[in-house]
Amino acid sequence: MEITLQHYLAVAAILFTIGVFGIFVNRKNVIIILMSIELILLAVNINFVAFSAYLNDVQGQIMAMFVLTVAAAEAAVGLAILVTFFRNRGDIAVDDASVMKG
Amino acid sequence: MLQGIAFYLLATVAVLGGLMVVTAKNPVHSVLWLILAFFSSAGLFVLLGAEFLAMLLVVVYVGAVAVLFLFVVMMLDVDFVRLREGYARYLPLAAIVAGILLAEMIMISLAVVSGGAAADAAGPVAATADMSNVEAIGRVLYTDYVYIFQAAGIVLLIAMIGAIVLTLRHKPNIKRQNVARQVGRDAKTAMEVKSVTTGAGVTPEDLV
Repeated sequence: MEITLQHYLAVAAILFTIGVFGIFVNRKNVIIILMSIELILLAVNINFVAFSAYLNDVQGQIMAMFVLTVAAAEAAVGLAILVTFFRNRGDIAVDDASVMKG
Repeated sequence: MLQGIAFYLLATVAVLGGLMVVTAKNPVHSVLWLILAFFSSAGLFVLLGAEFLAMLLVVVYVGAVAVLFLFVVMMLDVDFVRLREGYARYLPLAAIVAGILLAEMIMISLAVVSGGAAADAAGPVAATADMSNVEAIGRVLYTDYVYIFQAAGIVLLIAMIGAIVLTLRHKPNIKRQNVARQVGRDAKTAMEVKSVTTGAGVTPEDLV
């Protein structure tokens, strides 16, 4: 069985969809939402690397590396905000996080 | 043949891990499933010939981000059962949106591969004999993308400072070590002779 580009794109699409699905169903739990965002970024990375490999262009892998950097920074800052929020409210339910009436 | 088996195994485990991340009841289990999903994806990267990125994924995600998540999940004393309220309520809507999204993306993938930009993609091009994957990345990263590379470093620095600023706090009513004061002490300031009247005893106020 020949593994083609479509196979990798399908895996990435499924992972992306699972990430979006996770944000919808776990909309009260910020930790799971952050993990879903990580899944979405992973799907993007799989797309980048798959195209990079099949088109024989290393730039896709460079972009995936930058996505990885931003994802790590986002996770660190997101979790720091989460910890601060928990200290102030004693809870992490985001649906009543409307103190600032944004 | 062997490549096909490896692909299907890794892809199945990655998708299963992703699915368990969003459906697991216990967030600690979610983090562990996330680690599994990332590990399998690293395997997919190896299959594609991107060894460096695969190792980076394992180091950065399994080694740093997942452990960070684990720390936060275990540190916060949160009633996770209450946070799962509304799970069933949003399930139909989420399923519809996710289904439409998946169908659209599969359609786009098929279109791109059959007649679009990647129409004449032959097969995964692994590292050539004269240049390894790491060398190929390094040659482009440190020349064409050197400014973006520096910008990525700044992003990480700002994220680090931001995380520290957000979480650092000095609790009141806690005695902290003041090194300058400690070193600056001498016998004159540290000690005082007080005369106590005989038979009167000592009250705490006298000792201040």
